[in-house]
Amino acid sequence: MSAVIIARHARTPAERFKDAAWVAFIALLLGIPMVGLTTVDEGGALAVHTRFGMLGAFVGASFVGRFIFRWIMDQVRSRRAAKPAVVKVDRTPQAIKVIGWAVLGASIALPIVFSENRYVIDTATTVLIYVMLGWGLNVVVGLAGLLDLGYVAFYAVGAYTYALLFSHFGWTFWEALPVAGAMAATFGILLGYPILRLRGDYLAIVTLGFGEIIRVILVNWTELSNGPNGIGSIPRPTLFGLPFDRNPAEGTQSFATFFGLDFSGMHRIIFLYYLILVLALLTNVFVSRLRKLPVGRAWEALREDEIACKAMGMNVTNVKLSAFAIGAMLGGFAGVFFAARQGFISPESFTFTESATILAIVVLGGMGSQLGVVLAALVLVLLPELGRNFSEYRMLMFGAAMVLIMVWKPGGLLASREPTIRLNKAVTAGGEA
Amino acid sequence: MMLHMEGVHAHYGHIHALRGVDVTVQVGEIVTLIGANGAGKSTLMMSLFGKPGASSGRIVFDGEDITRVPSHLISRRGIAIVPEGRRIFPRMTVMENLLMGTAFADPANFNADIKRVYAMFPILEQRASQRAGTLSGGEQQMLAIGRALMSRPKLLLLDEPSLGLAPIYIKRIFQIIRELNTEHGMTVLLVEQNAHHALRVAHRGYVLQHGEIVLAGTGQELLASEEVRAAYLEGGH
Repeated sequence: MSAVIIARHARTPAERFKDAAWVAFIALLLGIPMVGLTTVDEGGALAVHTRFGMLGAFVGASFVGRFIFRWIMDQVRSRRAAKPAVVKVDRTPQAIKVIGWAVLGASIALPIVFSENRYVIDTATTVLIYVMLGWGLNVVVGLAGLLDLGYVAFYAVGAYTYALLFSHFGWTFWEALPVAGAMAATFGILLGYPILRLRGDYLAIVTLGFGEIIRVILVNWTELSNGPNGIGSIPRPTLFGLPFDRNPAEGTQSFATFFGLDFSGMHRIIFLYYLILVLALLTNVFVSRLRKLPVGRAWEALREDEIACKAMGMNVTNVKLSAFAIGAMLGGFAGVFFAARQGFISPESFTFTESATILAIVVLGGMGSQLGVVLAALVLVLLPELGRNFSEYRMLMFGAAMVLIMVWKPGGLLASREPTIRLNKAVTAGGEA
Repeated sequence: MMLHMEGVHAHYGHIHALRGVDVTVQVGEIVTLIGANGAGKSTLMMSLFGKPGASSGRIVFDGEDITRVPSHLISRRGIAIVPEGRRIFPRMTVMENLLMGTAFADPANFNADIKRVYAMFPILEQRASQRAGTLSGGEQQMLAIGRALMSRPKLLLLDEPSLGLAPIYIKRIFQIIRELNTEHGMTVLLVEQNAHHALRVAHRGYVLQHGEIVLAGTGQELLASEEVRAAYLEGGH
């Protein structure tokens, strides 16, 4: 009731004052332990000192900040309300297309522009790994609507499959890639079977457990995985058999000698970047195509209403398992790339935080939106990177950004859903005849 | 004979929901099941699909025993259901919803089938690329019926199609059911609480009480019956 009234009429100064005072009060409560008290080292003993001046400044800043923020928000809102209502044309699909091509162009051009900046290309590679993982998880969470909190398990399966195939049998990246994908898909089905009947929260808890089980096995089964010490010296991928080494083995050629270039460490970095770009793009094409096939529509229908799916004669078991298997396979591919890029893997890289980050990318991107995943991955990987200068406030910034996205875009950055089928002109014309 | 249920019992855990039900639907008939809440109407329909499966008795559809056939294979034999509460796919477009009905139909029939559905429900054609969740309740019910028809069923099951609809749409839905039957020769099994409308449109009807059939007869007979009047029609429409 009161909310409705407040939204309608202009705020009186008294109301603004009250609103800001309330915020200042909360700031005071939070600020007493966080700002008002500090520990000081006094001759080896720890003493608590008070910083009331600073606390006062903190509360004052909250008060003034809230006052100004509220005022600006109201100005914006009233200006928006004053504008005459315009019939909105929905340009979202075209806009998405334009943004999509722009992002693709930028990502192709990036290593050319920053060809000497290793940090930029490394970070971009990390973004792309998360984009690929996000697209993989999007199949399970975004399309099929199965909340998976243990996605990192498949990433780990892919990475360890490559590492073990190399260390025991000397397999190369390209040989291990399909096998690791198949292995991860198998694990996806293994996980899928026992949890077919679970939904929502229960499903989330079991998948969370599955992710932890894989990690704990990797830590403890020392004979297989070398435990917490991890597996090292995993070879980098080659370009059609051309390695990126400074000194190629006798009688073979490296990338640099083959093309008659001077050796540069950057070649490998740029190659890895383009490799993950290609893998990610293939993933995108694959998932977008699947979405327009009956299986993809079945996934989405499953997300919408499982009972209706059954009534339509769908074999819900197969639909769910296919979503788990394909999502897992894509995660496995990303895992192989990760192992090859790092050259060293250990269970440390596959913690729950990773699962949470990937899930956050899918959710913040807007469930089911492919481009949304890209934007969210950019935000979630770049923000902590940019925040490095703020060291201890880094996670605070990160959290604030996530809260802001959810406040302004509750459905994710790109919440609109692209239909999988357009109006068939022939049918429409015939129908009117 | 299109459908024959013989001495069907069904259980939900310990609850004995159907206690030896016999129901027959002939080709080209509209048959209705009426009864109060919890009488077992929806259970009967679900047990056709094996959820819950009949614990004893026999269900014969189109000359074949389907009592033990897995749920997802039953609809492929030519039974389509319009589920209670419509259960359309809200975030998908109207067109996509219709497409979901054809998951196991011959793709060659798609254009002809969608034309037929659009001719029956012109509103669906106008809204083809709109999200199904934005349709009104009555339109959603039409979509649910259209979706079921896309698979070219031999038998159409309708579970409470008038539930929660505005009176004008209730009239329209029953009119559609009659048209489906007279113009397209569709065999219909209709479960309804709205006994008055249901009995008027049906050739025959069954009254279900506590999991048993207590009365059976033609629609007219049941409408005239004292017991039905007292139990289901007083204070009705």
